[in-house]
Amino acid sequence: MSVYGTDQRHHTLTVLVENKSGVLARVASLFSRRGYNIFSLAVAPSDDPRFSRITIVVDVESAPLDQIMKQLDKLIPVVSITELDPAHSRERELLLATVEAGPETRGQVIQLVGVFEGKIVDVGPEHLTVMLAGAPTKLDDFEDLIRGYGIVEMQRTGRVALPMLDRADHRGRPATGTADTTEKAG
Amino acid sequence: MELTGAQALIKSLEMQHVEVMFGLPGGAILPVYDPILDSSIRHILVRHEQGAGHMAQGYAQVTGRPGVAIVTSGPGATNVVTPLADAYMDSTPLVVVTGQVATTAIGTDAFQESDITGITMGITKHNWLITDVADIPRVVAEAFHVATTGRPGPVLIDIPKDIAQSTMEWYWPAPEDLDLPGYQSVTEGDPALIREAAELLLAAERPVIYAGGGILKARAAEALRELAERTGIPVVTTLMARGCFPDSHPLCLGMPGMHGNYTAVTAMQKSDLLIALGSRFDDRVTGRVSAFAPDAKVIHVDIDPAEHHKVRVADVAIAGDCRLVIEELLLALDSLGLAHSEATRGGRGGSPSDAVAGAPVADGSLAASFPRERLAPWRALLGEWQQRFPLVYDQQPGAGPLKPQYVIEQLRDNTPEDTIVASGVGQHQMFASQWWQFDHPYTWVNSGGLGTMGFAVPSAIGAKVGRPDKMVWAVDGDGCFQMTAQELVTASSERIPVKIAILNNAYLGMVRQWQEMFYEERYSEVYLSPDLPDYVGWAEAMGCVGIKVESTDDVATAIDKANSVDDRPVVIDFRTDAFEKVFPMVAAGASNDDIMVDPSLTRDLGA
Repeated sequence: MSVYGTDQRHHTLTVLVENKSGVLARVASLFSRRGYNIFSLAVAPSDDPRFSRITIVVDVESAPLDQIMKQLDKLIPVVSITELDPAHSRERELLLATVEAGPETRGQVIQLVGVFEGKIVDVGPEHLTVMLAGAPTKLDDFEDLIRGYGIVEMQRTGRVALPMLDRADHRGRPATGTADTTEKAG
Repeated sequence: MELTGAQALIKSLEMQHVEVMFGLPGGAILPVYDPILDSSIRHILVRHEQGAGHMAQGYAQVTGRPGVAIVTSGPGATNVVTPLADAYMDSTPLVVVTGQVATTAIGTDAFQESDITGITMGITKHNWLITDVADIPRVVAEAFHVATTGRPGPVLIDIPKDIAQSTMEWYWPAPEDLDLPGYQSVTEGDPALIREAAELLLAAERPVIYAGGGILKARAAEALRELAERTGIPVVTTLMARGCFPDSHPLCLGMPGMHGNYTAVTAMQKSDLLIALGSRFDDRVTGRVSAFAPDAKVIHVDIDPAEHHKVRVADVAIAGDCRLVIEELLLALDSLGLAHSEATRGGRGGSPSDAVAGAPVADGSLAASFPRERLAPWRALLGEWQQRFPLVYDQQPGAGPLKPQYVIEQLRDNTPEDTIVASGVGQHQMFASQWWQFDHPYTWVNSGGLGTMGFAVPSAIGAKVGRPDKMVWAVDGDGCFQMTAQELVTASSERIPVKIAILNNAYLGMVRQWQEMFYEERYSEVYLSPDLPDYVGWAEAMGCVGIKVESTDDVATAIDKANSVDDRPVVIDFRTDAFEKVFPMVAAGASNDDIMVDPSLTRDLGA
């Protein structure tokens, strides 16, 4: 069972926005106002302090992706939008989980974390807090396996993504869907 | 030169050539009101902030320039929310300045604090909360740029009181100093797509031009007329586009949609090519979308690419300014060999009493007067429909109840032909749109998308301020009038001589019509009384001339009298038939194929 995976209902948009107050609210309010669903959202400053990058995973059954992108594009602080095809981008996510790990199962949990190349970040008498960073599908698999031991609390960051490097000509799909430019239209 | 934030704001508005602003002061905006005393900008003091917003809209709709409103924080700001939402739906350029509590008090639930940038996020093209006094000139310049370019729309500038009081070194930004990295507007269409559109257009046998409000925004009325006359393609003008193509023109089919005329609605249904120019396939036009114009290919020209494929997938979608795209389209038609014609120029000249507003002015002219034989059968068919399904009503002379349509026709025939008409929302709006003859662009002011009752009085005042050279009439309903009538006090004290025709049927008429037709005549909360309030007394109390008309004999006389008053507003209380319904009608959710014409027409057919 995969909550992310390569499910075609979900698309990843990477949105470059002006780094100004209220921009996230504008983006989020657009989604709710137009009836689109956000599946996950990650925001952080980009390499240029004037801009932030928002990575949004959208549930495209709620509206055509083209319409979502064009409406986003109309927001004045949105500078560019790129759809990242999972086959041609690098997507990563971070998971933190506190897992039941009493004396009988502790060894198995540690082993599982090792297999997935995760880390133990906190240790208690009956619990371990573990961390795993990686592709969302890998996190899905880890989550499924660890659930059997008992998850007390879990937090996932939502994915961040960048296009694959230009070995071939595979880049993200342009913002307007039909035009070959990511330029804004007022 | 050191200025306070307030002085910088007013000076920035002057730099934008603002000639008038509509507003009402209050605590948080007080500092900004002081330099208004020394400014060249005329300030019109409204009686309610909603009035300020709608006046700015009326001003903008008739002049094409952005309307400016200025109000205080909290309730002042929330009172302009409706005009902002209205302007957003109808793409009206508006700049609204709101006061805000001091930056130190923001977020503390201070007196008259409201999060107006948060509240208006979804109903403005953009808004700004100014947190640095030095930003004021740049933000004002950005605000006007955003409001007036691309798809126009309302913007809001929220200015905290302490920012208005602090000082800054004055500057005026150059265009390249605007900080809008995410904003560019397309204007010119893609030549390849325009060529494709031209080819579709020449191949069509039953084409219809579906002209929307974007024609007026792009000031493309002349270009549209040339396109229609060159190609012989008939034109429907949506509620937002009335006047962009003359109703008296032989190619004009009038208004489509829920209360559009039979020919306009059915022409689109039977069309094989819709050329949508600045229109957005609104639900009031399409009826049930899955049944709308099923055989038509679609060319969709809109400056906002988000309108393409939103409701109806277009075969050719061109992002661009309507005027520029039409001009390019004409050149593309040239290069494809479409001959220049000596087509009969249309225009005013027909009898306004022709049954159909916008009907052909001479027999057969729709079919015969334009080139391109290929379209002659189509135009002939449309001409037949116009003859068979005109707009009709039955006015008994003398003392019988006044028909609202009759009042509109009398108004139309007894006022200058370029009179500006503003309306509220409801039956009277539809009657006005159907029965007026709009032969000039920018003569029709109404609330299309949001459907705001009470729009007529303040928007008419704003229109008269923008075009003092023209006569301005508001056609209003009794329900609408009661919502914003207080602005007639503004008009009286400012000597703005607007004229208001209330079609007083003592009901919320459109709701009543729906209850009669779709709720088994169960009339729930729609009766208003014809005499409460006393409209004539109320008008006089507000400094207006008040006239009551109950008989057909007095209609024209009262209109003449109103026309002769030019130093104060006039209100005429026309007592109209409460039982009159707007036809044709496409029921909500129904297909446009199921258009209901006036029952008398189907009786005549023996149906």
